Amino acid sequence: MPLELLEPTSDPSYREGLWTLNFGPQHPATHTTLRLVLTLDGETVVDAEPDIGFLHSGFEKLGETLDFNQYVTIVDRMNYISPLANEIAWHHVCEKLLDIELTPRCTYLRTILAELMRISDHLLCVGACILDLGGISAFMYAFNERERIYELCEQVSGQRFHTSFTRVGGLLFDVSDQWLANLKDFITTFPKMFKDVNRLVLKNRIFIERCQGVGILSREEAICGGATGPVARASGVTRDLRRDEPYLAYADLDFDVICSRAGDCFSRFQVRMLEIEESLKIIDQAMQKLPGGPIFAEGSGKELLPQKREVYTSIEGLIHHFEAIMPNRQLQPPKESLYAATESPNGELGFYIVSDGTFRAYRARTRPPSLVHFALFPQLIRGCMLSDVVAVLGSLNIIAAELDR
Amino acid sequence: MMNSTEPQKIALEAALSAVPGPRAWSTFRDSLRLNIDAISLVPTMTRLREVGLNMLIDLTAVDLLEYADATDRYRMVYQLLDTESGARVEVRTHVNDPEPKLPTMTTLWSSANWMEREAYDMFGIVFTGHPNAKRLLLPDEFASFPLRKDYPVKGRGERHNFPVVTRSES
Repeated sequence: MPLELLEPTSDPSYREGLWTLNFGPQHPATHTTLRLVLTLDGETVVDAEPDIGFLHSGFEKLGETLDFNQYVTIVDRMNYISPLANEIAWHHVCEKLLDIELTPRCTYLRTILAELMRISDHLLCVGACILDLGGISAFMYAFNERERIYELCEQVSGQRFHTSFTRVGGLLFDVSDQWLANLKDFITTFPKMFKDVNRLVLKNRIFIERCQGVGILSREEAICGGATGPVARASGVTRDLRRDEPYLAYADLDFDVICSRAGDCFSRFQVRMLEIEESLKIIDQAMQKLPGGPIFAEGSGKELLPQKREVYTSIEGLIHHFEAIMPNRQLQPPKESLYAATESPNGELGFYIVSDGTFRAYRARTRPPSLVHFALFPQLIRGCMLSDVVAVLGSLNIIAAELDR
Repeated sequence: MMNSTEPQKIALEAALSAVPGPRAWSTFRDSLRLNIDAISLVPTMTRLREVGLNMLIDLTAVDLLEYADATDRYRMVYQLLDTESGARVEVRTHVNDPEPKLPTMTTLWSSANWMEREAYDMFGIVFTGHPNAKRLLLPDEFASFPLRKDYPVKGRGERHNFPVVTRSES
């Protein structure tokens, strides 16, 4: 349990007696590269100063030099735990800017892929945190299933990790019947394993005691601090862009928005675990309703990319491909700017594109949920014990590549 | 066809009637944008927060140096969200060299803290009254603002600005 916040003492020797502990940038519990400077009174954290930027690689600057289709390879590498969710978010904004309406098959496939990524992201978040807190089995079970999701990614796009699978107005490839059969197999066998993980996590007494009542984020703090996604929903902010601003096929699908009032680490994990079940429901429905037809939207001419098979097997397809990637033949977005967002596993992942009328962004701002959530960290950890740092950090699911971009 | 953002615009315009300064509304796709002068930023944002736009989703800058027909150098963009109704508003204001300076929003939203630091880090826009005004992502020795349009994508070495710490000194 967190101790009462320490009384600010007027005794100057009090500050002298405090310890400074450097946590990171390389530490197993940070998972990625970030640094915390903790001020400790005994084992109680008095203050925490995050120091970030170790993975800053100028993604937003690169977004100004690459076109809407090329930048997807960079977007992939932001939250690399759920790369496809970033791709879908990026192209969602591009397509909104270009006013392209996706085909039904494409929206459903993207929905399925986005939910697979949500499962993968949540499994890693919960699994890795319980690993840090001493429970190894749940992590292994969770990783087994994530491996199967990677296999599905590989079968669909040729890449396990950085799939770069979406394109403006469509997807790189259509899925095969075999893939759909494999997906069906995944969602029928997943619940059994998931029950095990659920028991290993949410019924694990050590895990519960280390998470319950730790790092409490009140509803007001969540709103004032800009929290979104599972972090906000665990604090009683009942917002989910899938329900509130339906995009892709979410309007046609039936699912619940998981919320909690407690706002502590444990409820954040609970929300994530229950969201996995909702994601399974969504995938199941989307598979049953999956329409046929093309996966690329109807362009006004030849601006959208052709199918790869046509490019490699026909001269028309090859010409079409060249036309689609030549700057003077590409789609011309209006000279406008637009912010749009999707519900990524971690929260609201938004992009703000300023367009100067060409097929590349004049400014491609990312609104990364990790950055906003990590800014909340000092206020969550103050007054907690040193050992709680790992639990709070894990429950926020900070991905440093997205944090620093 | 009546624009879907029209009722929201009318309601917000009424709420902002007491706030001085020019206001220009515009709509693109389904997003409502409000353009204001930097001088009326604080009263406008305070009022918008009072009428329910309680979350600052995003805050960023755009360097308009190479943007056709732009009259100002930097645009600050604030994305506001009403967590109850789901309404969104984009607030824009412009600042210029040599001293791009704006009042901080950290007094209204704590989420502005790091995002303003990032905007300073990347664009050099100073936020007066910010509680912790230093670089966020880049090291303190970094001397330029890389997301400005006059900063090249590649070819600018920055290492000469960094102090060399030898093993014996460390």
